Amino acid sequence: MSYDAILKEYPLPPSVKQEIKEELERLKPKKNVAKKIVDLCYQAYLSNLIEPGEAVGIVAAQSIGEPGTQMTMRTFHYAGVAELNVTLGLPRLIEILDVRKNPSTPMMTIRLLPEYAKDRDKAREVANRIEATHLKDVAEIEVDLREMSITIKPDREAMNKKDLTIDELREKIEKSIKKGAELIEEKGIFVVKVKKDSYKVLMDTFEELKELVVMGIKEIKRVIIRKEGEEYVLYTEGSSMKKVMKVKGVDFTRTITNDIYEIYEVLGIEAARTAIINEAISTLEEQGLEVDVRHIMLVADVMTADGELRQIGRHGVAGEKQSILARAAFEMTVNNLLDAAVRGEVDYLKGITENIIIGQPIKLGTGDVELIARLGVRR
Amino acid sequence: MYPKRISAIKFEVLSPQEMRRMSVAKLNNPETYDDDGFPVEGGLMDTRLGVIDPGLKCKTCGGKYGECPGHFGHIELAAPVIHVGYAKIIARLLSGTCRECGRILMKDDRRDKFIREIERLKALGQSYEDVLKEIFRITKAAKKCPHCGAEQLEIKFEKPTSFYEVIDPETKEEQKLTPKDVRERLEKIPNDDLPAFGLDPKSVRPEWFVLTVLPVPPVTVRPSIILETGQRSEDDLTHKLVDIIRINQRFLENRDTGAPQQILEDLWELLQYHITTYFDNEVSGIPPARHRSGRPLKTLAQRLKGKDGRFRGSLSGKRVNFSARTVISPDPCISICEVGVPEEVAKELSVPIFVTPNNLDFAREFLRRRESPKASYVIRPDGKRIRVIDSNREEIAEKLEPGWVVERELMDGDVVLFNRQPSLHRMSIMAHYVRVLPYKTFRLNPAVCPPYNADFDGDEMNLHVPQSLEAQAEAKILMAVQEHVLSPRFGGPIIGGIHDHITGLYLLTRGEKKFSKEEAMDFLRAVDLSEIPAKEEYTGKEIFSFILPKISIRFKAEICQGCAVCKEEKCENDAFVVIEDGKLLKGTIDEKAVGAFKGIVIDEIMRKFGAAVTRKFIDDMTKLAIRVITRLGFTIGIDDEDIPKEAVQQIEETISEAEKRAEELIKAYREGNLEPMPGRSVEETLEMRIMQELGKARDRAGKIAGRYLGMDNSAVIMAVSGARGSMLNLTQMAACIGQQSVRGERLTRGYAYTHRTTSHFKPMDLGAKAKGFVRSSYKSGLSPIEFFFHAAGGREGLVDTAVRTSQSGYLQRRMINALQDLKVEYDGTVREQTSGVIVQFKYGEDGVDPMKSFRGKALDVKRIVKEVMGVKE
Repeated sequence: MSYDAILKEYPLPPSVKQEIKEELERLKPKKNVAKKIVDLCYQAYLSNLIEPGEAVGIVAAQSIGEPGTQMTMRTFHYAGVAELNVTLGLPRLIEILDVRKNPSTPMMTIRLLPEYAKDRDKAREVANRIEATHLKDVAEIEVDLREMSITIKPDREAMNKKDLTIDELREKIEKSIKKGAELIEEKGIFVVKVKKDSYKVLMDTFEELKELVVMGIKEIKRVIIRKEGEEYVLYTEGSSMKKVMKVKGVDFTRTITNDIYEIYEVLGIEAARTAIINEAISTLEEQGLEVDVRHIMLVADVMTADGELRQIGRHGVAGEKQSILARAAFEMTVNNLLDAAVRGEVDYLKGITENIIIGQPIKLGTGDVELIARLGVRR
Repeated sequence: MYPKRISAIKFEVLSPQEMRRMSVAKLNNPETYDDDGFPVEGGLMDTRLGVIDPGLKCKTCGGKYGECPGHFGHIELAAPVIHVGYAKIIARLLSGTCRECGRILMKDDRRDKFIREIERLKALGQSYEDVLKEIFRITKAAKKCPHCGAEQLEIKFEKPTSFYEVIDPETKEEQKLTPKDVRERLEKIPNDDLPAFGLDPKSVRPEWFVLTVLPVPPVTVRPSIILETGQRSEDDLTHKLVDIIRINQRFLENRDTGAPQQILEDLWELLQYHITTYFDNEVSGIPPARHRSGRPLKTLAQRLKGKDGRFRGSLSGKRVNFSARTVISPDPCISICEVGVPEEVAKELSVPIFVTPNNLDFAREFLRRRESPKASYVIRPDGKRIRVIDSNREEIAEKLEPGWVVERELMDGDVVLFNRQPSLHRMSIMAHYVRVLPYKTFRLNPAVCPPYNADFDGDEMNLHVPQSLEAQAEAKILMAVQEHVLSPRFGGPIIGGIHDHITGLYLLTRGEKKFSKEEAMDFLRAVDLSEIPAKEEYTGKEIFSFILPKISIRFKAEICQGCAVCKEEKCENDAFVVIEDGKLLKGTIDEKAVGAFKGIVIDEIMRKFGAAVTRKFIDDMTKLAIRVITRLGFTIGIDDEDIPKEAVQQIEETISEAEKRAEELIKAYREGNLEPMPGRSVEETLEMRIMQELGKARDRAGKIAGRYLGMDNSAVIMAVSGARGSMLNLTQMAACIGQQSVRGERLTRGYAYTHRTTSHFKPMDLGAKAKGFVRSSYKSGLSPIEFFFHAAGGREGLVDTAVRTSQSGYLQRRMINALQDLKVEYDGTVREQTSGVIVQFKYGEDGVDPMKSFRGKALDVKRIVKEVMGVKE
């Protein structure tokens, strides 16, 4: 279209250009009118720009922190999927900004490749491959104290449901017991005999076998299949991106987890930034709180700016501040001062807290402007 | 004059020489005052250290109390003592260096590699703590010194300040290292090895971690207070220092008289204890030193630490003059940008007038006045302050000349900052113009309550008077209330009508109500209008249009019921608002139009006409609304929730039915016929289904009640227009309160073995009543058991709020701390100021200010298109 040529002349952000283009193509104005519209849009854009010197960090922190008081503390609630409990509200927001390595309710949303996504049975198949199936789910396990052995009676029905063969089961059990015991198979019943004549060893083996994962991914406790629009989507309790990505049938380009640290480890820092933004937005939105994305983006950018995920707090962004005085004023006052002395650190007093402490104007907003008027000189 | 700036502060460790050099007196007398109450020479109150008694003069600088800043003294320690704060580093150094030659237990090339790595990380501004840990791990493991070949022994560090050497790895026999031994070893460590331990050889020598001299802070740092009884009460630090000197002297005496080794060692330990607690009285592993009353002493670390410590309590946040605080109360007659200040407060607070040839007469006038606002002080160019009293008014007025400063009382039109804690966002401190009013409370327009989150149930607010012209200008331009109508959080209005404003306008604009000329004039009396078209009758919509600036906008009102297909202009409910060219043609004005947080109309005016017009609109709108509601009258009472008998009957039936269904579910569950939901246990399924069932019952009861209450009911009007309350509140008042819950579940608690909530039910009863379903309404009243359940549910709410405020407060503090140094540079990038790290190349990816953004978008494309192409939808 000819409108592209007009838009090209203006350095507007892509999203704005897109919107103007759509609007123009809908109404099809003449070229000079279109030019006028784009020009006015550009003027409006320029007048909406943020002003230099603005304390965007503080505004972002306030914009996210202030609604915090209005959030619920209720930890558990269902988000979309009634069957799953997910941490929401303030505790979840804190979790995101703290970059917890083990979030309280890890959860994955797994989308499937086209050939699996349409068919419920096919989706079930993938779900079986993902959901952790313990030995106790597909077999009856008993301890025979007299024989010092453990009998495992596989439940055919349950195994069929899970699409698990006896051979696979045997392999898994063999792998699990290793050298400590031997496996005997009689009429489709497995008997595990402990080599060492010890009650403790027997019971330990028993416990181990009960929890043995014979199929699926250990971390994923539950999988729920839901139809969303045209396709079936899997929701999981528990998360393990690396392992799920390898599962056949999973479209890993559209598969996500709510464990931000895991995303950082598996997909890298840019993905982690996006994940922080998405998780924070959805947490706030779920509570019905309106917060501009730019604030959340800024927080996410600060957390990821140096290529590593840093938490908001003592062990992250605030703790790695260059200024000794700022660190001392935040937390662990005495340690920070002592360490600084030993290292011979210098505080260059560029930040806010430092300058407040020593009583100088801060280099922000109106304090950042340097103008000198020469008295008595007229232009 | 160009203000001086401190460019940097370097932190280093004090050397013994430095401590002696900065000392003005060697102290060795544990006494503080003699019998005459005069400071003892060589004691801790020695007048060479400065003075705190008004009558005395400092022997060092000759300054009097208030002039002399105080001077350091020192104590020569009889035996070296470990500094607690550095004990951990000492432990690292001892296990990392050779016990014979003092070299690092590592080959030079390897050491240099590590040092280079540290330098690299330092230059990048990253943490090198991990490298130090690695070096510590390697050197600790070394058995032999690679430099002199001496065998190494394991060093054991026992918190807080003891070190042992394991002389025999077999028997684990240990030998204590005295601070003297430690110091000797540390002395041997060469400077070149220090960077590998994270020490900067230019600022520190490791042996300085073992003290031989103790600096004594000036008396001004630890002033004693004189109690009413005339007794002196010494500062905690002085107490601790007395202990130190006493033990130090005792140690010396004992050593000189040749006391047994054991006694000397005990004294040495004691000296170590006192000095340790002098630095930090909360060290783990030793009991804190206590005051005679049993209160732990507040020593150096305690003074710095924590919320009320030096850093957070005295340096980052300070107490200020020129401020006032009192209770707030509403005044709808003043503008949103004004604040009513009590006369008493106005008389106390002052604003400086910097006298120039241009305002000399203006300033003089205040000096001559005998009534407020009058001048209270003048400051001469030599800094002398003169109080203006009636007897010297004229005299000073005569003498007044440019260069003087007149401090006058606060008066109408002065700009002040107004604040309510907690100051969670920048709208918590805004600039208002003063209106001096009678009585004793600060008055504010109720429309500015939302940004402050204020109400009038006893809230107090603070007021600050800017004391320089720059500050006043900044307050007026940047902090004025009208500049904060839009919130930077989401780019929408945060100031707007509340409660009665919304009800009032709803009553005025709903439908085609007609008002006589007299009524219309009465409504508009408080509004500043020059002219309105002469008519005998006006509709409510016309009256509202008089105060509306020329905007054009169409939107659905709050009362919109969300029909499947919107009939727009033809809405029977009058819920589609059409404003064209400043004329309200269709629709009802309610919360969506003018409310705080929502106010589409306010948003539009702000964008089109700016702050001043918006301010005037909000002022007019609130005044109009208040007059309307006053004239038309609006009340609610307990009988507003009365519903007819048949409604009560219906509600009863609905609830009974739901309870029956719950019973059926329970029966199915007991018989094992309840099908579990996927991924849930049968019990969970039962609970969820019952909750659903009972929830539905309450909603249905509410609907029935709502039907009978009708749209003329005052409570309903408030709920639908968004003024106050919700339909749920009404349901609970008129029909049924519903299920009480704790942690999202029905009430289940009770003694575990009883399996019931209270003894009024059979054990294991899972029915609606037994688990906290309240079927009564607030109006009909609750049964005792229901009341108990309601209280249980209510308490959770209270606990929740209490926990939440502290948690979200800490979260906000952490966020502010992490993000405070970010600012937008002239090139549009966002950078961290201390490190210069670029955080964003363009703020928010498009460089747009969220406050000016259009609902998150960079700009309102549609409006521009519409404006250029003409109105065409």
